[in-house]
Amino acid sequence: MLLEEGGPGRRRPRRLLSRLWSRGRGNGGPLRRRREDRLLGGVAAGLAARTGVDVTVIRLIFVLAALLSVGAAAYVLAWLFIPMADEDGTIAGRAMTDRRGITLAAAVGSLLILVLVVASIVGASWISNLSWPLVLSAAGLVLIWRNAPADERETMRRLTEPLGAAGTRLGMAGPRKKSATIARAALTGVLLIGGLALLLSGHDGAELLRPVGGLILVVAAIMVLLGPWWLRIARDLVVERQARARAEERADMASRVHDSVLQTLALIQRNANQPQEVIKLARVQERELRSWLFDGRAPGSVRGAAVTVASGVRLIQQEVEAAYGVAVEAITVGDCELDDNLDAVLAATREATVNAAKWSGAQVVSLFAEVEPAEVSLFVRDRGCGFDPAAVPGDRKGLAESVRARVTRRGGSATVRSVPGEGTEVSLHMPRRAAERQPSRA
Amino acid sequence: MTTPPSGLGSAQGAGSAQGAGDRRPRVFIVDDHALFRAGVRAELGDHVEVVGEADDVGPAIARITACLPDVVLLDVHLPGGGGHSVVTSVKATHPQVRFLALSASDAPEDVIAAIRAGARGYVTKTISSAELVDAVRRVAGGDAVFSPMLAGFVLDAFAAKPAGGGEERPSFDPELDQLTTREREVLRLIARGYTYKEIAGELYISVKTVESHVSSVLRKLQLSTRHQLTRWATERRLT
Repeated sequence: MLLEEGGPGRRRPRRLLSRLWSRGRGNGGPLRRRREDRLLGGVAAGLAARTGVDVTVIRLIFVLAALLSVGAAAYVLAWLFIPMADEDGTIAGRAMTDRRGITLAAAVGSLLILVLVVASIVGASWISNLSWPLVLSAAGLVLIWRNAPADERETMRRLTEPLGAAGTRLGMAGPRKKSATIARAALTGVLLIGGLALLLSGHDGAELLRPVGGLILVVAAIMVLLGPWWLRIARDLVVERQARARAEERADMASRVHDSVLQTLALIQRNANQPQEVIKLARVQERELRSWLFDGRAPGSVRGAAVTVASGVRLIQQEVEAAYGVAVEAITVGDCELDDNLDAVLAATREATVNAAKWSGAQVVSLFAEVEPAEVSLFVRDRGCGFDPAAVPGDRKGLAESVRARVTRRGGSATVRSVPGEGTEVSLHMPRRAAERQPSRA
Repeated sequence: MTTPPSGLGSAQGAGSAQGAGDRRPRVFIVDDHALFRAGVRAELGDHVEVVGEADDVGPAIARITACLPDVVLLDVHLPGGGGHSVVTSVKATHPQVRFLALSASDAPEDVIAAIRAGARGYVTKTISSAELVDAVRRVAGGDAVFSPMLAGFVLDAFAAKPAGGGEERPSFDPELDQLTTREREVLRLIARGYTYKEIAGELYISVKTVESHVSSVLRKLQLSTRHQLTRWATERRLT
């Protein structure tokens, strides 16, 4: 379908696409999208790596092709069907199982087809030239949006943020504010008048009423037919997003409760024969819980008490040394200010350190933090009893939820290396946000 | 995904006593706390021969030059001045005496002062007996000993982009003012709490190679004119 589409820019995309389809057989290795130096999906970067052509040249070709003809659609298809360099499986493969996503793509597609039908009736040929690639790209983007991994979604979100903000200003806030409603009505009026004027200029005399009337009837018919469906899909989407937000909130809450209440309960069990100690623990926990429930100060977070990675690490060292009586050898290289992501990785570090102090039996826990321009890495190491990571029961949430999930939810990574009898090392990595990558080594 | 099979547990008997031959290294302890000296003596036990003790700079210099030990365990904090002045005075007349800085303080300037004065290594007082014995043997054999904290400090001081904008002077000797990738890797693993043997397993190199990387870092640390290093040295009136 794509290649049948005419237009001056079509030869280049065909070559790109034929390359795409011959991947695996070619001698330059399989074509993969590249996570490094990508702007959108990394397709151009991947092509550049494969062909040796400069990435800027390929990007320009794509932009030209998109302006003239099928470039955008080709890009979206490549995005869907070429796997990312370090992943197996394509977004399209994941999208196959996403039924709601397919429905949504179909809805967006049909909405666009409606626009195109109207356009073709009006006779705006420049729109229908872009028609099929446009429908394809829009539907494809919907599928990518719903099925891409978190970091790619983050890229898309960042790129569309200004659009979304504008939309919110015009749409969502509208019903509440009278001025916005008036503005929207005025805008609609202007558009309507402009459209009618356009139609009027194309036809003469009494003839003019017929196409306009026909057009209105066609639009109305389609609205009656498909309108409720579109509405339902839009509503479902909102509900689903709320559900996802709730689930994330619950997971976050579970890991916080684990860090505070469950840890304290475990400590109380171990100190059951020392009433003074138990009272102290209970009191500290009570204070912490109250400040969380009523003042909104989350347990586990080092923020508030610390503003940089190094001071956060020091805080963890002091807390764990005081609470568990093991030495924490903390070393920090470089430093930077904390943001939400780094706060999360420090909370995970704290948890890993507490785990090591509590269960490993080692007298010393090594804690190493390194702040580099592109990422922050933390290592928690003990020479204690170690464990078999595969044999941890599901209700023991420490490592899985408090450490790994907490970091991966925010785009970082966590690995646990443990050998029974020899010790454990937890490695945590979190990429730094681009805006904050000024060197701030001390 | 596995750690090297042998010896995550302890560092003793790591076979690093080359140079000291078969005989036990002769050790001299300098620390102003008698209790601590006694503690170290007990910890070292039969593995070394403790030939003397001192509690301050003056007596330390006199007794060390008199009995010429293989290794001096030196507290970097002494009442009569920093431990580095002991290193400087003794090295001037008896360069063969080797120093291992031993400290409860983690202040980088103390550590760097001792190292730049000529100490072959630095360990904290929290070190285990086995590791302390191993460190003494290593220093006696001419190798360098880096604690995780010292490794972290060196990584920081030799960072690619120093802080403070343009105040870094152009370096006169790029070879001395930069760490190689391998040296960085070794230092990172030391900072993460790995022993030399574990580092060797992790990087697929021999323990001997690890030792030579660390010694080369020590040389750079002592000779580099890098701004961060010279600034600390100047503050301590060393240069």
